[in-house]
Amino acid sequence: MKKEDKTKNEIINLKTVSKYYNMGETIVKAVDGIDISIKEGDFVAIMGPSGSGKSTSMNLVGSLDMPTQGHIFLDGEDISELAESDLAQIRGKKIGFIFQNFNLIPNLTVKENVMLPMMFQGTDVYEREAVAEELLKKVDLGDRMDHYPNQISGGQMQRVAIARALANDPEVILADEPTGNLDTKTGEKVMEFLQQLNKEGKTIIMVTHEPELAEAYARKVYWLRDGKVEKVTHKRKGFKVVEEERDLIKKHKENSNKGKRGK
Amino acid sequence: MLRDYFTLSFKNLKHRGIRSWLTLLGIFIGIAAVVALITLGNGLQAAVGAQFGVSSTEVITVQAGGLNSYGPPGSGAVVPLIVGDVEAIGKLSTVVRALRRNLPSGRLEFNDKVIFGSVMSMPDGEDREYAYDTLELEVEVGRLLKDGDNNKIMLGYNFYADKVGLEKAIKVGDKVSIQGGSSAQRDYEIIGIAKKKGSLVFDNVVYMNEKPLEDLMGYGDNVDLIVVQVKSEDLMDKTKEDIEKLLRKRRNVKEGEENFEVSTPDAMMATVNTVLNGVQAFIIIIASISIIVGAIGIVNTMTTSVLERRKEIGIMKAIGAKNEHIFMQFLVESGLMGLIGGAVGAMVGMIVGIVGTMGIGNFIGSNIPLAISWWLIIFSLIGSFVIGAVAGIAPAMQAAKQNPVDALRG
Repeated sequence: MKKEDKTKNEIINLKTVSKYYNMGETIVKAVDGIDISIKEGDFVAIMGPSGSGKSTSMNLVGSLDMPTQGHIFLDGEDISELAESDLAQIRGKKIGFIFQNFNLIPNLTVKENVMLPMMFQGTDVYEREAVAEELLKKVDLGDRMDHYPNQISGGQMQRVAIARALANDPEVILADEPTGNLDTKTGEKVMEFLQQLNKEGKTIIMVTHEPELAEAYARKVYWLRDGKVEKVTHKRKGFKVVEEERDLIKKHKENSNKGKRGK
Repeated sequence: MLRDYFTLSFKNLKHRGIRSWLTLLGIFIGIAAVVALITLGNGLQAAVGAQFGVSSTEVITVQAGGLNSYGPPGSGAVVPLIVGDVEAIGKLSTVVRALRRNLPSGRLEFNDKVIFGSVMSMPDGEDREYAYDTLELEVEVGRLLKDGDNNKIMLGYNFYADKVGLEKAIKVGDKVSIQGGSSAQRDYEIIGIAKKKGSLVFDNVVYMNEKPLEDLMGYGDNVDLIVVQVKSEDLMDKTKEDIEKLLRKRRNVKEGEENFEVSTPDAMMATVNTVLNGVQAFIIIIASISIIVGAIGIVNTMTTSVLERRKEIGIMKAIGAKNEHIFMQFLVESGLMGLIGGAVGAMVGMIVGIVGTMGIGNFIGSNIPLAISWWLIIFSLIGSFVIGAVAGIAPAMQAAKQNPVDALRG
């Protein structure tokens, strides 16, 4: 396995990565030569309206998908050289996923859902139970452990998903529109959890089309448009958004609304 | 890890709809048929064996063969066996005794009704004891015949149970009138009723001492059947050959053209077993077809399940499941489906087998030992799991090779 010359604390690095889809006769360039570098302990947002290549980028960043061109380094390892099955093992250990629609397994209880990622890493069952219980208490669901996903609310489901994402103590949490299916108040609670995790040292990558969310929580934002990185902005000291970013946010909001109407 | 697959599979199966369970009918029927059949095996053999009325394995029977061998033993014989044959066989070195048996037909009158049936001769003295032993003859009521019972008879169980067409159950002490051949009709007192034997011959027969029967029927020296007691089981084949040799000489026939038949219990049971094996083969073919149909059903259900649970597969892969995890998960689930079908089938088959054996036992009036084979149960459970798992291989592979991104999209 090739080791990449990297700055010491770079956890995910996409180097001129492209992903093309063959749709019959036309080739769709979902992502076209993007560079994304995510450092340990950072809170990064990937922003963009629908059709900007946001979802594809998330799949690539989360090593769920392989690039057509370019290299993806996960903790220094070039994953484009790995078989999908081996990649799953590494992914399960290093990245915790949180999805917009929670994606809990309906036939399993809350606790069993949280235990599942540990099962795939070969953790023994007693440890799995202990860790799952601890994590669920952490997300304030200690009293819902034996409920099934359809017996709890959306906000609670997303907190289960957070607990599940943390099960293998990964370095990175990848959240895909984590508040997309939640009302503002429960959404805020979920975001607070993410922020708390970031303070505890976890790297958070959030994919969103809501500029306000990126504005409020992320320290570094990748703005995507038409499969390319349009701009990278950094949050200044004191968490103030500079004027230039405000314009970008406004522009993206319009675009994203347009995109929504288009659907 | 294996335990985890089973736990997860149980959880998933619990949420399956009735459609999935219906596809298990094939496995269920197949396993139930096989288990029931094998459990019934003892009972079936006992039931057919009971028709011979003889349980001893050291007995050879000899009868004259004729053009018509469908009637009672010896009845259609062109050249009947005679008393001299009985005596000659009795003198063979490997033979303990040779018994003369006659089984003529007669006309029986009682309660102003007339039936036709067979009368069986009972020998005197020591031979009588032996005959009672080998025939396992005991009385339900009254007593057995003994030497000197000239105007007395014993009846088969069906007379007592009023199943012979006399429209009145016969009791000990009643008198019946029997007419044989062309000779006169005589009255006989009933002194006993034999216990139920489950044999159409023995339960419908009239037992009479040799002497009065010969007087009544007038068959002279003719013998219908010779029952030969052999010194030991090892000598059965040799004795059979010796008897055949002796009778060929006495009856002046060449080898291969015998007009008589010497049979051992082994040979009789072999005939029975041939029939039973045929029945078993037929049922096993049906069972196999059911199981194949059931397996195809599982393939179908599992394939549907893989399609329905694409998203779940995507989630599992996203949170770290390798291809082999997904494969094993679906394989175990499929195996469990087969196992559940097989377990229910084995249980039902067992119940059918036990009830059936008891039913047969009740019919032939004796206790048939139940042949419950735990190996059979274990084997059918493992077998049905394997069938399920094999049926699940293709769907499980299909599940495992799903691309996580596509699968997550659902």
